[in-house]
Amino acid sequence: MRQIETDIAVIGAGPAGLSAAYQAAAAGAKVTLIDENKRPGGQLFKQIHKFFGSREHHAGVRGYLIGEELLTQVKESGADVMLDSLVYGLLPDKSVGVIHEGLNYSVKAKKIIIASGAKENYMAFPGSTLPGVMGAGAAQTMINVNRVLPGKRILMVGSGNVGLIVSYQLMQAGAEVVALVEGAPKIGGYGVHAGKLRRAGVPIYVSHTIKQVYGKEEVEGVQIAALDEHWNMIEGTEQDFDVDTVCLAVGLNPMTELAWMVGCKFDYIPAFGGHVPLHDRNMETTVKGVYVAGDITGVEEASSAMEEGNMAGVAAAESLGYLSHEEAAVKKEQIQNRLNVLRSGVFGERRKSSKEKQLADMESYQKGEMTR
Amino acid sequence: MREGVAYTGVPSKEELRQAPGVPSQERMRQGRVAVIECVQEIPCNPCESACRFQAIHIGEQITDLPRIDEEKCTGCGACVAACPGLAITVVDKSYSETEGTIDFPFEYLPLPQKGDQVEAVSRGGEVVCPARVLSVKKPKSYQGTAVVSIAVPLEFVDEVRSIKRLCRS
Repeated sequence: MRQIETDIAVIGAGPAGLSAAYQAAAAGAKVTLIDENKRPGGQLFKQIHKFFGSREHHAGVRGYLIGEELLTQVKESGADVMLDSLVYGLLPDKSVGVIHEGLNYSVKAKKIIIASGAKENYMAFPGSTLPGVMGAGAAQTMINVNRVLPGKRILMVGSGNVGLIVSYQLMQAGAEVVALVEGAPKIGGYGVHAGKLRRAGVPIYVSHTIKQVYGKEEVEGVQIAALDEHWNMIEGTEQDFDVDTVCLAVGLNPMTELAWMVGCKFDYIPAFGGHVPLHDRNMETTVKGVYVAGDITGVEEASSAMEEGNMAGVAAAESLGYLSHEEAAVKKEQIQNRLNVLRSGVFGERRKSSKEKQLADMESYQKGEMTR
Repeated sequence: MREGVAYTGVPSKEELRQAPGVPSQERMRQGRVAVIECVQEIPCNPCESACRFQAIHIGEQITDLPRIDEEKCTGCGACVAACPGLAITVVDKSYSETEGTIDFPFEYLPLPQKGDQVEAVSRGGEVVCPARVLSVKKPKSYQGTAVVSIAVPLEFVDEVRSIKRLCRS
């Protein structure tokens, strides 16, 4: 087994991991950024829409351009980037097991930042295993990274921002989105994203779900039905659509395997996608020296992931003495203020209260440990 | 079906009436002015900094709805491409005796050409009337978003917000 020694190992080179690596390396730490993909960026490079937020969040700039800027910063900061490198394990001595080109590496780090992201939820219904039923994130990768249209006539399930944005981008790529279906009585994502679809002629069916997808070898059509207030299908409300693809945008769940493996304590927060590791304001978990950032800490969005990455990178560099407490305090306050802004407003309320609960649970856990 | 942007994706008449970014009818009749149909409190403010006339105000709390100062707005349209939500148009009801214009963001290929006859659509995507393309602008500062200007009969200016996508072949 080959050994690599570093100050800070960052696992995952998406928006959170890139930001963390940049902050820590810019402060002077030796940083090794590890990602299983051949290209860095995680899901950031397929975000072709303009981001929200304010100027300091790069608002109005398209996601992939924010990614390119971040990547340049990381390269200039001197962080080592290990691509095509799968992290298969995290041991209690903070060594990271990595497979790269068939070879086994052990990355020994003083601090670990896990920024492994999230994966898409699936939904079962008759026909859900037919080829042509896919995650919206997968469809977005096909069109925006690989430039392959997954289908010509598409029905989208889920009206969160992922479902709304991917529907729009599928139309930009040349597909027809025949309808968007949402189980809840309200559209989940931003009204302005929904407005783009409506102007393009896409009907949005709230309080509706998929009853079945049919087809012999692949998707040939889909049947939807209205839901009553108890989420039961109402007989006689079925509608059929001629489609070749059904995309599911029904939420994400954090990829927490490495945090479980290293012994982190967890919370269960449905609004964040399920089990999420407890962490403090520095993004440090219940395992000293192990930090988390981005969707693993609770599913939010790319801008928040970048800020959490910034926070973890600064805190890890500070703990190793690369930043004075005063320097770090100034940076952390700015980052926290930007995070607070991203979690404000009607759409941020649930994320804000969920994050507060997670931090409070961490605090009571630490108190319990001290009195034990 | 319940009305409003959260249920249909289309802001209701009431939501638009209350939106501080929507200027008065009198102002629209005087000439070009930005119409900011932003009705939900989301953390976003690029429109404010895009305006070099300080005609759009959001302030410290960036979830506040943008407010248009209709006296300061020149209708230059810099905010149209800057809005990540594509929620801003520039409307001019003084264009001619019978026609008004709408400048709207458009991010589909192919782009229409100046002089084309196209189908104008409403916020809900229904075809409202024929329209004539007056200009298609896509400078680098718009970051990939084109802004298309169309002329439609005056009575449809409040209703029209985009055009039907053009055929790719």
